Amino acid sequence: MDLFEYQARDIFAAHGVPVLAGEVAETPPAARSIAERIGGPVVVKAQVKTGGRGKAGGVKLASTPDEAAEHATAILGMDIKGHTVHRVLISAASDIAEEYYFSFLLDRGNRTFLAMASREGGVEIEQVAAETPEALAQVPVDALAGIDTTAAREIAVAGGFPEEILDQAADVIVSLWDVFTGEDATLVEVNPLVKTPDGTVLALDGKVTIDDNAGFRHPEHAGLADSHADDPLEAKAKAKHLNYVKLDGEVGIIGNGAGLVMSTLDVVAYAGVEYGVKPANFLDIGGGASAQVMADGLDIILGDPSVRSVFVNVFGGITACDEVANGIVQALRLLETRGDVIDKPLVVRLDGNNAVAGREILDTAAHPLVERVDTMDGAAHRAAELAATVPTGAPAAASAPVPVHKES
Amino acid sequence: MAVFLTERSRVIVQGMTGSEGRKHTNRMLLAGTTIVGGVTPGKSGQQINFNGTVVPVFSKVERAIALTEADVSVVFVPPKFAKAAVIEAVDAGIGLCVVITEGIPVHDSTYFWAYAASKGGTTRIVGPNCPGVISPGKSNAGIIPADITRAGRVGLVSKSGTLTYQMMYELRDIGFSTCVGIGGDPVIGTTHIDCLAAFEADPETDAVVMIGEIGGDAEERAAEYISAHVTKPVVAYIAGFTAPEGKTMGHAGAIVSGSSGTAQAKKEALEKAGVRVGKTPSETAALMREVAR
Repeated sequence: MDLFEYQARDIFAAHGVPVLAGEVAETPPAARSIAERIGGPVVVKAQVKTGGRGKAGGVKLASTPDEAAEHATAILGMDIKGHTVHRVLISAASDIAEEYYFSFLLDRGNRTFLAMASREGGVEIEQVAAETPEALAQVPVDALAGIDTTAAREIAVAGGFPEEILDQAADVIVSLWDVFTGEDATLVEVNPLVKTPDGTVLALDGKVTIDDNAGFRHPEHAGLADSHADDPLEAKAKAKHLNYVKLDGEVGIIGNGAGLVMSTLDVVAYAGVEYGVKPANFLDIGGGASAQVMADGLDIILGDPSVRSVFVNVFGGITACDEVANGIVQALRLLETRGDVIDKPLVVRLDGNNAVAGREILDTAAHPLVERVDTMDGAAHRAAELAATVPTGAPAAASAPVPVHKES
Repeated sequence: MAVFLTERSRVIVQGMTGSEGRKHTNRMLLAGTTIVGGVTPGKSGQQINFNGTVVPVFSKVERAIALTEADVSVVFVPPKFAKAAVIEAVDAGIGLCVVITEGIPVHDSTYFWAYAASKGGTTRIVGPNCPGVISPGKSNAGIIPADITRAGRVGLVSKSGTLTYQMMYELRDIGFSTCVGIGGDPVIGTTHIDCLAAFEADPETDAVVMIGEIGGDAEERAAEYISAHVTKPVVAYIAGFTAPEGKTMGHAGAIVSGSSGTAQAKKEALEKAGVRVGKTPSETAALMREVAR
């Protein structure tokens, strides 16, 4: 999970990283009272999980609390690269003498951690890496040894930080390592790390990504989730512990296993070119595929108004296909008994363990909206074709009758 | 002789007394795996009967190895205890440690990988968050279904579990020497490259299918390795061509960030290395059939 700047700031402060006074506001009056509390000039900063907010007008200097409220009014609700601004950070303004860059991150390729430091901060670090790679020090960090003051100082030297701030910078780096390990982060980035005219080193802006798998060690991290960010269907899926990502197409996708579902999206996208349709979502129901899980999955997908057909793609590995077929039949019954109107055709592909028995179960149930196709590519084509021919939001009666069996 | 896992492998299961451990120990036994023990702290002396095969439980990996000459461990313990379990296996000097557990914090997996490396790398770690390793007809260490394919001369390496199964099933007429599910986490113990090297060296493997997915640069690195070191034919499949940027697709490691980690970049790198890349799993299987013919 990526955190907002204000959340990163609070975590930095809790781990002893020097930061400026600041608080988050969701309304202009709140922005005004925070500015009053801080006193003096403040910076009003849009809180969005994307770069380029400065250029978009999402960062403004305010010399009075009233001005802070005015800027908050302008910035709240602003759209920055598709992200709506719901909060602003009101932070004390600071004079800057020099700007640097620092980060700890996971280096996947080398299966270790990496520290990156540069004298050239305040700009996009990708740009520094591309244009002046010699100005960006990349220092591998041994996961067993960690970072002490000596190691931290070496990284600061490698990054070309000036002599007079090395001691301070080393302390900041040790505190950032404490954030990185203590919070189970996969990225802790400070850009810019600044020196003020009086020689103080401060973290002026921070980016932190925390590992969702480490939630059991950090129950408090649950409170950092962004209630605004989730698509309503994604939120509903999360509540059911389903792995769902909303996309912008018309073919609903259900599958078992992340890789197979990713592959299903591709196959449907290829097939959809001919029909002008795309996958509507990613949904991995995992290994179980019980009736309840299948019903939960279908419930989410059928609740998406842009879905016009559904492709259920299951490979029976550990789960046997007859169980999956029973799951599908029972799930449809469950939803219908509940009073849901199911008016979108389902294309089902079952392969692997007990596939023959599974297909028989579907044929015997002969649900009018369920069609089975025995290959993944064939089923993807059929689902795309149906999505293109079934009109959006058509009532059940208006849907074209769907043939029950089709061998590919 | 297959790679990593052979008919001579003697397997212990860490977390065998839990429900997943028990279920899959039974399946592994049915697949012909020589399971010589289970390890659960505090449960030494117990014996578990799997349809007539009695498997003893030990409380320490070291003890299990001393008494059974085990050389492979399969780990099913929950995420919270997985780091300690892997470190224990490394300390006991196990040759292969297959970590099935899903949801291990990446700081823990990075730590146990570094720990194993610091001990001289005598323990090969596969996973975490992986389906395991199977040498069909010989041995099965993990949760890969054994009855969807047969023994043959193709090697398979994949990040994804179900795509592993899909490919094993598609090519069940040709069969496999060894299939390795390396796992979809950002940090894994055994990489595509490690598997390619092992398959290249294995006299019982003639060709390799490699399955990758979006995120990271493991496939690009594998492409470089293939160019320099692999003489056997390799075909590949990459999942996630249509995945949007910034959305994690099920696996913690499967995410396109900016211009890095895209399926297209991986495909191009592999094709540059002479690897034929299929557009779909079926097309990839067809490419392998051409190679195997």
